[in-house]
Amino acid sequence: MITVDGVQVKLDGEKNLLEVISKAGINLPTFCYLSELSVYGACRMCMVDADGHLVPACSTPPVDGMNIKTNTDRIRKIRRTIIELLLANHDRECTSCERNGSCKLQAIAYQLGIDKVRFPQATMESPVDASSPSIVRNPNKCILCGDCVRMCREVQGMGVLDFQFRGSKAAVGPAFCKPLAEVDCTNCGQCVQVCPTGALSVKNDVPEVWAVLSEPDTFPVIQVAPAVRVALGEAFGLGKGKEVTGKIAAALRRLGFKRVFDTVFSADLTAVEETHELLGRLKDGGPFPLFTSCCPAWVKMLEMHYREYLGNLSSCMSPQQMLGSLIKNCLCEDVSREGKKVVVVSAMPCTAKKFEIRRAQFEESKPVDLVLTTSELARMIKEAGIDFEALEEAEFDEPFGTITGGGLLFGATGGVAEAVLRTAAVMLADEDAMKKIVFDEVRGLEGIREAEVTLAGNKLKVCIVNGLGNARKLLEQIKRGEKHYHVVEVMACPGGCAGGGGQPISQDPCVKKARISKIIGIDSAMKLRLPPENPAVKETYRRWLGEPGSQRAHECLHTWYGPRKRIAGESIAITGDETAKLSKGLKPVDVEVCVGTGCYLKGSYDVLKKLMENVNSNPDLVGRVNLKATFCLEHCDQGVSARINGKIVVGITPENVLEVLGKALKEA
Amino acid sequence: MTTEEVQRKFTKLNEILDKHEHKPSNLVAILQDVQAEYRYLPEEVMSYIATDLQIPASTVFGVATFYAQFSLRPKGKTIIRVCNGTACHVRGSQNVRYAIMQKLGLKEGQDTTDDMQFTVETVSCLGACGLAPVVMIGDEVYGQTTPETMQVIMDQLLAKGRKSDDQDHQ
Ligand code: SF4
Ligand code: SF4
Repeated sequence: MITVDGVQVKLDGEKNLLEVISKAGINLPTFCYLSELSVYGACRMCMVDADGHLVPACSTPPVDGMNIKTNTDRIRKIRRTIIELLLANHDRECTSCERNGSCKLQAIAYQLGIDKVRFPQATMESPVDASSPSIVRNPNKCILCGDCVRMCREVQGMGVLDFQFRGSKAAVGPAFCKPLAEVDCTNCGQCVQVCPTGALSVKNDVPEVWAVLSEPDTFPVIQVAPAVRVALGEAFGLGKGKEVTGKIAAALRRLGFKRVFDTVFSADLTAVEETHELLGRLKDGGPFPLFTSCCPAWVKMLEMHYREYLGNLSSCMSPQQMLGSLIKNCLCEDVSREGKKVVVVSAMPCTAKKFEIRRAQFEESKPVDLVLTTSELARMIKEAGIDFEALEEAEFDEPFGTITGGGLLFGATGGVAEAVLRTAAVMLADEDAMKKIVFDEVRGLEGIREAEVTLAGNKLKVCIVNGLGNARKLLEQIKRGEKHYHVVEVMACPGGCAGGGGQPISQDPCVKKARISKIIGIDSAMKLRLPPENPAVKETYRRWLGEPGSQRAHECLHTWYGPRKRIAGESIAITGDETAKLSKGLKPVDVEVCVGTGCYLKGSYDVLKKLMENVNSNPDLVGRVNLKATFCLEHCDQGVSARINGKIVVGITPENVLEVLGKALKEA
Repeated sequence: MTTEEVQRKFTKLNEILDKHEHKPSNLVAILQDVQAEYRYLPEEVMSYIATDLQIPASTVFGVATFYAQFSLRPKGKTIIRVCNGTACHVRGSQNVRYAIMQKLGLKEGQDTTDDMQFTVETVSCLGACGLAPVVMIGDEVYGQTTPETMQVIMDQLLAKGRKSDDQDHQ
């Protein structure tokens, strides 16, 4: 038993005082406490009086018999001082801030009735980092709570952001103060979701979309992802987990989109193509596991950190890119547009989708031109003054507007796996499974889930992962040979797309669960639930693509992956500047050996050592061979690689390196 | 730098990582040893360390910028520390510092000489307040300095430096 402001509260295994106090019906203000992250105890907002001592409630374990006071003169004074100090160090341009209205600092300052700041305003001159296609970092708004640091490290396993410098210069940012676009950020946007202020925000593409809508020579088309329809309503105060599909279609037409298509349709198509790929691998004996490829943050992580598994990724484009590609390749040539340019916009729960459309693979074809997150879409609807709640429900447009429940499940963790299993049931003609439809064994919220499913006599081992940190854990287990699966579904965001980085920001920890239950609820009420039975999918194959996995389907719906450098930077020089010693007539040879993780683990240091010894023992080579250690030449899958006079050479070993060097010297 | 020097450094870097068993928990010690070798922590070397220890580069950078002992810019061969703790400050350490800077031809905001021989740092307290103002040149402590005495000491130091340079060339 604990007394909180005179109220008796029973202890029931609570980890900290904060939880006990909230049981007493008191919400203490906090910045750095998030139940899914470790306790940091830095913001000091939750100070309480425990038996006469001041303690931070978030990091103090409850002890039986404690007497807690949360609302004394002294505590109120402390809280106000902390907020005032934060405000004095904060760029207080609230009216033009991305987070105006959803900022925790603003809300708490208001809650505590701050009417003036007694401290002089600090100067705000750190440059804003807008290098990333997904995320904007404004250090002048950072209150150093560290929420993003812990999210990125603990949940996403990336560690892109960290504290740096100290004292008054302390900051949070990427390594070497580099722009976010030059480090290994996956663009997942989870850091934005936890940032209490506008220090981290989603790159705003609303002005670009308005421009498209008002351009007379364009034919603007939009597609809407599954998870948007169960979250957009939150931005209009309709409560959590409310479905607003019909209103979205209506609002988008009002905004001026000429066609409103459903990404769920292309999720159905993805399920069909991916299952075809899986069944093909079952026949060919691998490679296993087949990793899903719908999530661009996951794909980028794999390209940067686990290149050896790139061949395991499904070659399917994500549903967003598939639909864009169909619109541009098939629909455009089909429907006359009076010479207008079709521009494809998509509404996504995701920040990484903004990055995906800029992948080199899509540079020429540009299946999708612009991406709006759920929050950005909400802002556009509000800006246009549309009374969202009063909108009459409307339908999506054909030929890409008919959907099944299977495709809809893509919006939540486990959904891609379930859609693939449903599709496999159809393709393998497993009547029982087709009747049962639901695969309960893949559902849930745990970070890593396993299931074994038998379809028409085929045993399938399935694993579902959400959160990139969990994905890493699983990859390490697979690497060590401890785990074997046929299919692994990965979604970078906790909860899957429903918890995407572009969804409306909410302080309510139950919001993700509500969105996921709604998605599952809609599916269970649908008539069409098996992706291959989607008539629009069948029609698409008939008119444009032929069979699943056909050559045309591959041209339109599949893509490829490649190793990706993690961090931009200089090489380490290993030979000095002695070009003066160069004998006349001989050209110097630049040899840059890769010491990025992939090559380093494969022994690039031994290659370098061999080269150094050789250069040292050969006076003719000193000054002629410019030896460098460089970071990632993006050929990590092919053994130790080097760039010799601009050309990439792969598969280098200490044994063959001298031969390789000799050849280069001769050629030079 | 000559090839020999550069290679020695790179080999040494790998020896340091071996010595500390490639353990992330030894990061501070690794950075100390690396700084002793390179006289600062070059960005690409920090990336290399992160790769080797399999930790995020942001962690290495965070540690390297947290401790005042680490430098992200190349430092001179000899480090001159001018104390600016309260006692030294009151007794005119700023003027002592100006005298040193002048002798070395350093402009305000520049802390290392172009020839990479000297770096001048201001430190908060060397713990020898009785001797204020205190200056440390390398490991040697000079107490009760004045701009005038410092000029003499610097002249001697520079002359010695030139002499040893001449010897190097012979
Ligand atoms: S977007 Fe994701 S990977 Fe990038 S910094 Fe934020 S949490 Fe880390
Ligand atoms: S960027 Fe945001 S979440 Fe990260 S430390 Fe600053 S205020 Fe906190």
